[in-house]
Amino acid sequence: MSQPPLLEVEGLSRHFPVRNMFGWQIGALRALDGVSFKVRPGETLGIVGESGCGKSTLGKALAGIHAASGGRILFEGTDITGCSAVQRRSVAPKLQYCYQDPGNSLDPRWTVRRSLAEPLIVHSALTARERDARIAKILEQVGLPLTHLELYPHELSGGQQRRVGLARILTLYPRLVVLDEPTSGLDVSVQASVLKLLRELQAAFTLSYLFISHDLSVVRAMCDRVAVMYAGRIVEEAPTERIFASAKHPYTLSLLAAIPNIGGERITDTFALEGEPPDPVRPPSGCRFRTRCPRAAAVCAGTDPPLRRIAPGQAAACLFA
Amino acid sequence: MRTARDIALKLIGDPSAALGLLIIVALVAVAVLAPLIATHPEAVWDMNPRDRLLPPSETYLFGTDRMGADIFSRILFGARITLTIAIVAVGAALMIGVPIGLISGWCGNWLGEALLRVSDIFLAVPQIVLAIAISQTLGPSIENVILALSVTYWPWFTRLVHAEVRALRHETFIEAAIALGVPTWRIVLLHVLPSVLSPIIVRTSIGMGFTILTASALGFLGLGAPPPAPEWGRMISEAREFLPEAWWSALAPGLAIFLVVMGFNLLGDGLRDVLDPRIRRGNPGR
Repeated sequence: MSQPPLLEVEGLSRHFPVRNMFGWQIGALRALDGVSFKVRPGETLGIVGESGCGKSTLGKALAGIHAASGGRILFEGTDITGCSAVQRRSVAPKLQYCYQDPGNSLDPRWTVRRSLAEPLIVHSALTARERDARIAKILEQVGLPLTHLELYPHELSGGQQRRVGLARILTLYPRLVVLDEPTSGLDVSVQASVLKLLRELQAAFTLSYLFISHDLSVVRAMCDRVAVMYAGRIVEEAPTERIFASAKHPYTLSLLAAIPNIGGERITDTFALEGEPPDPVRPPSGCRFRTRCPRAAAVCAGTDPPLRRIAPGQAAACLFA
Repeated sequence: MRTARDIALKLIGDPSAALGLLIIVALVAVAVLAPLIATHPEAVWDMNPRDRLLPPSETYLFGTDRMGADIFSRILFGARITLTIAIVAVGAALMIGVPIGLISGWCGNWLGEALLRVSDIFLAVPQIVLAIAISQTLGPSIENVILALSVTYWPWFTRLVHAEVRALRHETFIEAAIALGVPTWRIVLLHVLPSVLSPIIVRTSIGMGFTILTASALGFLGLGAPPPAPEWGRMISEAREFLPEAWWSALAPGLAIFLVVMGFNLLGDGLRDVLDPRIRRGNPGR
């Protein structure tokens, strides 16, 4: 707990301009609106929420693919928010972003060997021989035979492509990896092997993960802490076991209620979520969740509840939490 | 991924592309070996008034022109001029157009827009008109024809590359390379350029044919190489006054232009079928 955080995000926002037919800006889509959290070394922080709640935008903003519209990102104590592309490159080896489908992040015209060598050529001073040794080692760690080095991405299966994509990111020995939906679109057995691989790699490289997912059961298996996002904000944050045992925010409760459960009782039967998330261009006044919240009262329309501490390690943004 | 061998095999398997390739290979061979093949190499530039306007015969395969020069030999040497003009002009257009297209496609900002608008200005004037104006102003010579053609052809490459790069810029593998901290020059030269190479090659082949046609038109208008040079377009123009009696003096250079332009177009179409990913069947990549 006393360790300094590896990544510290303060009030991060990302607004996309909304233009009318003449190209005039008529509003802003608030994909991220004041998001704050910390990731400690070696920890896995889960980010959960519905599609469109800003999870992926958050990941891409951290990776430097999207520029932040406001707020700060501190990595190892250094502010990397507004730095130039060139400065940003010096952070890249330590802070890596992993695409939803890492196989897509491979150049279809390059062999696996060439794709794996590129990060090393760019970020290290290794000789060609040292690079080959490092690539061979990584490939073994993600569980692929060396013979696959000369193959092109389309000659690999989906699971193998993901492994190569992961290997490409890990060749640089990063400290933090942003995993964007790492298990989506995989069948359950492959999903399990990918999760196992991620855990093994975490142990081998002392990695921290920012684990973005909409699948709560996967998050439960992987994460130390969970932050729940709704409409561009974090509405609840707590250690994983507390989220599943004593979540306080009605949105979190409704997500938990939506987990399909074979045999046993549902975690909570009292919450069923109706309607669609609010239009991020025109969020409702006060609490953003009030339009769908079963507990909403008149006061919710006037007050935007801040994220406040409600128990050790747990914070929620609800007036009634 | 396909290798050069695969591509060559596919091209030969397609009859029209193979014919195009054959014509181009023949053109290059003829241009290189002109002094050896020519039946009357000395009669290309010399006047030979006794043998004026003779019809095709065993001595003069394609007949003679108004100066008494052997048309067959002139066609052979003309291939050198044609090929030089096409290669240098299209090469220069490539060197100008592709980098500008890469820059304008990659930087979607004011710089990219400005570069695109400049290429639009060139495209707004019909190529032949602009080429005539340029070679008219600078005087008739091969160098000026080349200059006029490259100055008017580069915007085609710019537009092509620009459109391809814009589409590629949001591909996941390009975005991933940015996130990985790969320097921009590396992304553009090693990831983007190889991906847009196929359409560039196709465009180059078709552009060669087009350039030869325009160069011949300039020669026909008297804006090409100065008189004694065996330039095909000029040969047709010189033959005009003896038509229809001395039909052979216009037929041979006309056929030569027709064949070569058709060869480049057939090859270009064949290359498009083999290389262009949007027509390619079962393409796993983009």
